[in-house]
Amino acid sequence: MAATRTETPTGRSIVLDVPGWPGNIAGQHVDVRLTAPDGYTAVRSYSLATAGDAEQVQLGVDRLPDGEVSPYLVDEVRAGDQLEVRGPLGGWFVWRPSDTQPVQLIGGGSGIVPLIAMIRSHADSGSTVPFRLLYSVRTPHDVFFADELAALAGPHLSITFVYTRVTPPGWDAPPARLTKEVLAASVLPAFDDPSVFVCGPTGFVESVASWLVQLGHEPSRIKTERFGGN
Amino acid sequence: MSHIDGNVLAGVMSELFDFDITITSGTCSGCGDDSVLAKAMVYSDAPGIVARCSACGGVLLVIVSDGERTWMNLHGIDELRISSRA
Repeated sequence: MAATRTETPTGRSIVLDVPGWPGNIAGQHVDVRLTAPDGYTAVRSYSLATAGDAEQVQLGVDRLPDGEVSPYLVDEVRAGDQLEVRGPLGGWFVWRPSDTQPVQLIGGGSGIVPLIAMIRSHADSGSTVPFRLLYSVRTPHDVFFADELAALAGPHLSITFVYTRVTPPGWDAPPARLTKEVLAASVLPAFDDPSVFVCGPTGFVESVASWLVQLGHEPSRIKTERFGGN
Repeated sequence: MSHIDGNVLAGVMSELFDFDITITSGTCSGCGDDSVLAKAMVYSDAPGIVARCSACGGVLLVIVSDGERTWMNLHGIDELRISSRA
């Protein structure tokens, strides 16, 4: 554990020094294993917020109320502590700088984590492939990587926020959960044949994925990563 | 109980296979759906891990481990097509 940073009232990002890390592709994850003094172990998968060759990687973790692992990672673990990680894992939910299709990213809550890895990889590689992000959060305080997202938005990355509980002052719409209509108005059209990555709680991903298909997106172009909960 | 995606199997499967099996395509023996394992619906709250077909809900595979041995039942998969590697 190299460093932590509070991102939201319930989540933080964690930087790990991983000697010998082989590098990873944007969107991959690690399995984190915690072992209690009595030998009980719990393993959970966490997306990497970083991509590339550095031996330092970043995770973003949101505290689940009944979680076995996330409360420890959000509230207790300190710089200098040792964690057991396995990875990089997963070659499906990934974006490579050599990919040429337009990209639509859709995140709910801490589902932004693998998507920020793609956004960082896109920026770092100088890719000019159009990226669009639709990010659903409860309140403005629940935005992970808020400053960085604001800084990276530009000609090759457009960002739309949906606030479900509280909006920023002066926002032009009342807080509301994402709807099919807002989705349709915010995402790249199916006509552009974008690669679509959706990450968030299971219910959010289910709704978004089914609406995307109704809007004409090819199911094979939609990649999802659910992290459970509701 | 909510499910997650087959992507999550990459870790446990890395103990059994020396390649990423989650990007391997297979055929559901129940409905014939042809899909990558990463798209399966995974239920990991049980004592073991159950992956179900995202099209018909049929059980594709079950993995149970006691820490020393692992049992894997693939009875819901008719065929896996594994790419040859360079």
